[in-house]
Amino acid sequence: MFLKDYISDVFNATKSLLKGMRRTGYYFTHHKEIITQQYPEVKQALPERFRGEVVMPHDENNEHACTGCTACELACPNATIKIITKFDVTPDGKKKKALDTFVYHLELCTMCNLCVQACPTDAIKMAQTFEHSVYDRSRLTKKLNEPGSKIRAGVE
Amino acid sequence: MFSLESITNSIQTWLNNTFNPTIALLFECVIVGVLVISLFAVLGLVLVLMERKVSAYMQIRLGPNRVGPGGSLQTVADTLKLVVKEGLTPDGADKFLFNLAPFLVIIISMLVLAPIPFAKNFQILDINIGVLYVSAVSSVSVIGILMAGWASNNKYSLLGAMRSGAQIVSYELSAGLAVLSIVVLTGSLQLSDIIASQQNGWWIFKGHIPVIISFVIFIIAVTAETNRAPFDLAEAESELTAGFHTEYSGMKFALFFLAEYVNIFIVCSIGAILFLGGWMPLHIGNWNGFNHVMDYIPSSVWFIGKVFFLIFVIMWFRWTFPRLRIDQLLNLEWKYLLPISMLNLLLTTLITIMGWHF
Repeated sequence: MFLKDYISDVFNATKSLLKGMRRTGYYFTHHKEIITQQYPEVKQALPERFRGEVVMPHDENNEHACTGCTACELACPNATIKIITKFDVTPDGKKKKALDTFVYHLELCTMCNLCVQACPTDAIKMAQTFEHSVYDRSRLTKKLNEPGSKIRAGVE
Repeated sequence: MFSLESITNSIQTWLNNTFNPTIALLFECVIVGVLVISLFAVLGLVLVLMERKVSAYMQIRLGPNRVGPGGSLQTVADTLKLVVKEGLTPDGADKFLFNLAPFLVIIISMLVLAPIPFAKNFQILDINIGVLYVSAVSSVSVIGILMAGWASNNKYSLLGAMRSGAQIVSYELSAGLAVLSIVVLTGSLQLSDIIASQQNGWWIFKGHIPVIISFVIFIIAVTAETNRAPFDLAEAESELTAGFHTEYSGMKFALFFLAEYVNIFIVCSIGAILFLGGWMPLHIGNWNGFNHVMDYIPSSVWFIGKVFFLIFVIMWFRWTFPRLRIDQLLNLEWKYLLPISMLNLLLTTLITIMGWHF
């Protein structure tokens, strides 16, 4: 009986090894199975909820929806956002708080999406860009509102 | 027709006519040395690239494809990187042995190259005990590995080296017995004689099942001897970081790496010589037309083709099988390969005595 077990051991081992080799041999000869996507040439479509960086959408009149309420700055867990406000003078002579500069530190951001959720006017959102590497760290500190932009009429 | 034999002969007659015999011999030694070193360099580049490509395709990847056309200059770039890197010697290491070990390993692989016939009448030295020489010298490489592991003063290196020692000493036995079965059939230890005996057919076809069994055992045993997966316990990167060459860097590491690939080439060429007829073309019985066409392919191409086929098989093993545990490794050798190869040797002897082979 010992000899029978021994021979069947050898036989089964050979069989299972050959089975494995057949699988890898199949992959070796069938190059269509290759699942690698060559990144810079082929770019994968990202899902809608992919979180790459915080951006502030501007419409065609260079107007944004940010009231400068600093809700996003307070929501941010690691001080990524710094909002500098100014006072605009409305036509009827009243002073009104408005956004001066929206400073965004991409190097500190963890893409947690809390600022977007905190925003009462949907002024900021997450973009799908992800190639953020730069040669100088200071270039990661961004100003989100475009120069000369102002708040859209009707947004409170 | 292209043949390396005519080139070597013309060089030799030219040297002997121009200089006196001693200086001619000296020149020949220098030429052989340069050829061996350049063969090493080319093998290192080609085999590493081949391994990376084969592994990539087997794992449904693409492999290196950026440096040069189709990634063909990847290994050249890697070598350049290794050359400019610093060869660090750790503080607690035995400096002399630490620096000696990589050179010892590479010199041993160079020595084994001596009796290998690369083509018809194209070999460095036709020793009459070629098979014995190869198996004797190739097992010395374990000293280099033990030296590297011991001198590094690192527990991973030492563990790797000790495992490698146990492994090579064990598998040398079954590799030797597998080789012996061909020696029994041929009746000679000279590699050129062994090839000449395969004029009418390779031993793997002529020798029935015993030779096929010993071929399989030989391939398994040499995979273990060259420390390759699934027997790469000596360097097991997931357990021992890199085993015996953990502490090496730069060119000294490159020498170990090169020696590994050259050793694969050497054992595969030994396998090709013993079982697949070395540089002998494939002849089938009485198909004269077919045999004649096969004769037109140069013998060097036959040899390189067979060797690269065996190298591919060994790479196939590496990228298919998982690594064995040390106890499984020794079980496989002492409980399975050794008894089977002993029995197999007896069978081969019986076949030879009764003249049952073709």
